[in-house]
Amino acid sequence: MTTAVKPVSFLHDKLTGAWGKNAVIGVPLTFLLIFFLLPFLVVFKISVSEMDNVVFKDLFVWADGVLQLRLKLGNYLFIALDDLYFQTYLSSLRFAAVTTLVCLVIAYPFAYFMARSPADKRPALLMLVMLPFWTSFLLRVYAWKMLLADSGVFNNVAMAMGLLSEPVKMMNTPFSLVLGMVYTYVPFMILPLYANLVKMDLSLLEAALDLGATPWQAFWRITVPLSKSGIIAGSMLVFIPCVGEFVIPELLGGPQTLMIGRVLWDEFFSNNDWPMAATVAVVMVLLIIVPLALFNKYQAESTAGGRA
Amino acid sequence: MVTAATVKAPPGKEGAVPFLQIRRVVKQFDEVFAVDDVSLDIQQGEIFALLGSSGCGKSTLLRMLAGFEVPTSGQIMLAGKDIVSLAPYERPINMMFQSYALFPHLSVWDNIAFGLRRDAMPKPELQARVEQMLELVQLKAYAKRKPHQLSGGQQQRVALARSLAKRPQLLLLDEPLGALDAKLRERTQLELVDIIEQVGVTCVMVTHDQEEAMVMATRIGVMSEGKILQIGRPSDIYETPNCRFVADFIGSVNLFKGTVDIDEADHVVINSPECLHYVSHGITGTAGMTVHVAVRPEKMTIQPERPQDDERESPEQVGFNIAQGVIKDLAYLGSLTTYHVQLDGAATVVKVTHTNAARHDASQLTWGDRVYVWWCGSDVVVLTG
Amino acid sequence: MKLSTGQMTSRVWMTLVFVFLYLPIVTLIVLSFNASPMVTSWGGWSLRWYAALAKDAEIIAGFKLSLQIAFLTACASVILGTLAAIALNRFKRFPGRTLFAGMVNSPLVMPEVIIGLSLLLMLVSVQRAFGFPDRGLLTIWFGHTLLGMAYATVVVQSRLQEMSPQFEEAAQDLGCRPWQVFFLVTLPLISQAIGSAWLLTFTLSLDDVVLSAFLSGPGSTTMPITIFSRARLGLSPSVNTVATLTVAVVSVGVVLASVWLSRAERRRAQEMSAAFRGAGG
Repeated sequence: MTTAVKPVSFLHDKLTGAWGKNAVIGVPLTFLLIFFLLPFLVVFKISVSEMDNVVFKDLFVWADGVLQLRLKLGNYLFIALDDLYFQTYLSSLRFAAVTTLVCLVIAYPFAYFMARSPADKRPALLMLVMLPFWTSFLLRVYAWKMLLADSGVFNNVAMAMGLLSEPVKMMNTPFSLVLGMVYTYVPFMILPLYANLVKMDLSLLEAALDLGATPWQAFWRITVPLSKSGIIAGSMLVFIPCVGEFVIPELLGGPQTLMIGRVLWDEFFSNNDWPMAATVAVVMVLLIIVPLALFNKYQAESTAGGRA
Repeated sequence: MVTAATVKAPPGKEGAVPFLQIRRVVKQFDEVFAVDDVSLDIQQGEIFALLGSSGCGKSTLLRMLAGFEVPTSGQIMLAGKDIVSLAPYERPINMMFQSYALFPHLSVWDNIAFGLRRDAMPKPELQARVEQMLELVQLKAYAKRKPHQLSGGQQQRVALARSLAKRPQLLLLDEPLGALDAKLRERTQLELVDIIEQVGVTCVMVTHDQEEAMVMATRIGVMSEGKILQIGRPSDIYETPNCRFVADFIGSVNLFKGTVDIDEADHVVINSPECLHYVSHGITGTAGMTVHVAVRPEKMTIQPERPQDDERESPEQVGFNIAQGVIKDLAYLGSLTTYHVQLDGAATVVKVTHTNAARHDASQLTWGDRVYVWWCGSDVVVLTG
Repeated sequence: MKLSTGQMTSRVWMTLVFVFLYLPIVTLIVLSFNASPMVTSWGGWSLRWYAALAKDAEIIAGFKLSLQIAFLTACASVILGTLAAIALNRFKRFPGRTLFAGMVNSPLVMPEVIIGLSLLLMLVSVQRAFGFPDRGLLTIWFGHTLLGMAYATVVVQSRLQEMSPQFEEAAQDLGCRPWQVFFLVTLPLISQAIGSAWLLTFTLSLDDVVLSAFLSGPGSTTMPITIFSRARLGLSPSVNTVATLTVAVVSVGVVLASVWLSRAERRRAQEMSAAFRGAGG
């Protein structure tokens, strides 16, 4: 009998497992490559092209034995030098940041209280939070138009009650925009926070109290740091889409509320300037790339509990 | 330290080709050798236990037998055929999982029938087999229930029935009793062995509980850090450990470090700081060697007065195998009392177990008492490793 | 029973937030019965707008189209999402995994204008090169599926994580080949997550404005697009009626689903904890 050590053949693994594995990964991967990655390449190409076609060969010119890469950076220069564009990008980031902060302030206590509610009440509370989310967001944003308009519900009721002599302008202002965005995105902040807080080990807080901390101190030194991943997740879920929001600024915003999403839409639909729209999009992606990477990192970590 | 493990075939099967042969199996994860060059022979019909603490590699070895891990190198031969390249669903091996892993969406009946259906067993035969399995584990009345409607012990029996339904050539048990509470465990250990022997299947089990291994297994393999240290029957492992790790791992043991003074074929005298040792058998070693003398706590006698010369095992042992000390600690456990005695002349504390055979045995000795501790030369094992 | 300060704060805060969340919805519902065409000045109770809705061809056509697209989207999202979830959960190392995970998760947060624009530009280029596809139902479906897939993956993946690998190992041990393991054991155990994902992506698709706007063509106007155009111009009673109907349907659906889910969840939790002893949960 041989006593030499024999390396194992992995052939059976390949024959039985590989087919299935390749299909499971390959099908969604192909879909994403075609419908997610490829479009980005197309957008980039168009943003540096003369015309709105996608023949990549146009970028390369062969002349005198030298292969040149010709990128039309005109659009980028325009954006970089144009004050309005700069202001709009800045304004979008600002509005997104404010919305995120307001959402956090509203959602954190809410998620905290919900997580500390009696366990049998929690599913019902969760359902009540999710219900608006399942009804059309478009309709709910539209509803704020009715509420905030000069002849809207708030003004009418206030005047009828004698609190106001004339309507307060609430509509088409930064206020209505932020209100609309906070309204839409607050559930996105509540859910990750709640998921995090509900899993928190309460005995940690009890240990802190036992060691002499006041409830307030225990909250800031134990609860909040432990909910960090929930805060980050929620913030990314609110901040990133808010930067490029279109519908809410369109319905509730006004001339003072510069949002880059609207600019992109107008460049495309109103001006029919596809290269410009593409350029706006590329710059927007660059702006959100850091939060986006942060979000992906969080997603990877939170799902790292899978199997090897 | 033992490397190639010596295989002892159970009595009556001398010369038979081992049913399961594990040949120099290695499993490496990155830098770590989870299983380090293990070779093992298991005879048909025996219940073999892999015993070790967590991380010793026993579970990895079991998973390689099942097919969930592939060895980095080595062979596994079942009835003469190398099964390493076979997927789990191609092997005539079934496993009872530690967590039972009963399919929650299927009834007890369907859980047991699951494996049989994959073999496309004809309906009448399948029904008969499932009924037979239910009969075996005495769960006929629960056939329609779902797993969550059963108690822990009942679920375990379903898991066992499911793993035996296909009449596998090899049954694997992963910490079979880990999930049960102490009282239930005792009863279930013997029941399990009964069922397995009734079916007559060869069985390899993995456990960290020495009592479980000792009660259930015909042979035990003690593992540590990926290697097998000793293989043998429970009594062999307990009474004749081959190294300090094994001696200390199973039960408790008192170890005296000393040098061999006299080395004869039929007896050995060893000199240690606590006392002189007379060992009633020869050892493989030479005079001047440093060795450890191992004495189990229950082999020692503790008493306040010096033993009479004629109480000793043989005249040569008078003056040997005896020490004096002070009771440092004691633990009363009902059926027995454990004494921790600080011996004179050394920092050694020995553990002595005394059976409370008479009702007032325990009340004789207390903390601080001066006592004699003595034992017989035939109850001693000398360890060189 | 006297409540502590903590409990009082808790109730007050949560009530305020719920009022905030539901005020617009209630307003929509109440005003949909407003007799007056001036949406915000009350003219008494009336069902005239519901009658008008029945004759509103544009909305009805849009609704039918939206339903079709939503159905297709939900099915495609769930299939792709389940595959992606399995790929990410079971295969810890394969070339391009980071890119794959990034692409799957990013549509969750990426502004829709970017997704819409880039997808459109790509599809137009393809159309110019190959003459296919024309903008319409198909292209909207692609866009919605991309978004839906991201959501479906998250839902299914979280369920897969909870599920112990020992079930699949047991199935293999008992003789199942990999595809049998999936259909006989994995699928039943994640079926609830798949159902949730289906409903979620269906709703998302039904409600989507931006992607639909970019990717639609002549004759393929979805209901949200119609509503959005009307809403942009001003306040319109038809929007209120659609809103009320939507809320009514969704509320009934969500409440029923919640009740059924919590019962099933309780039973499943029992099953799971009973199927597991100590370690390995």
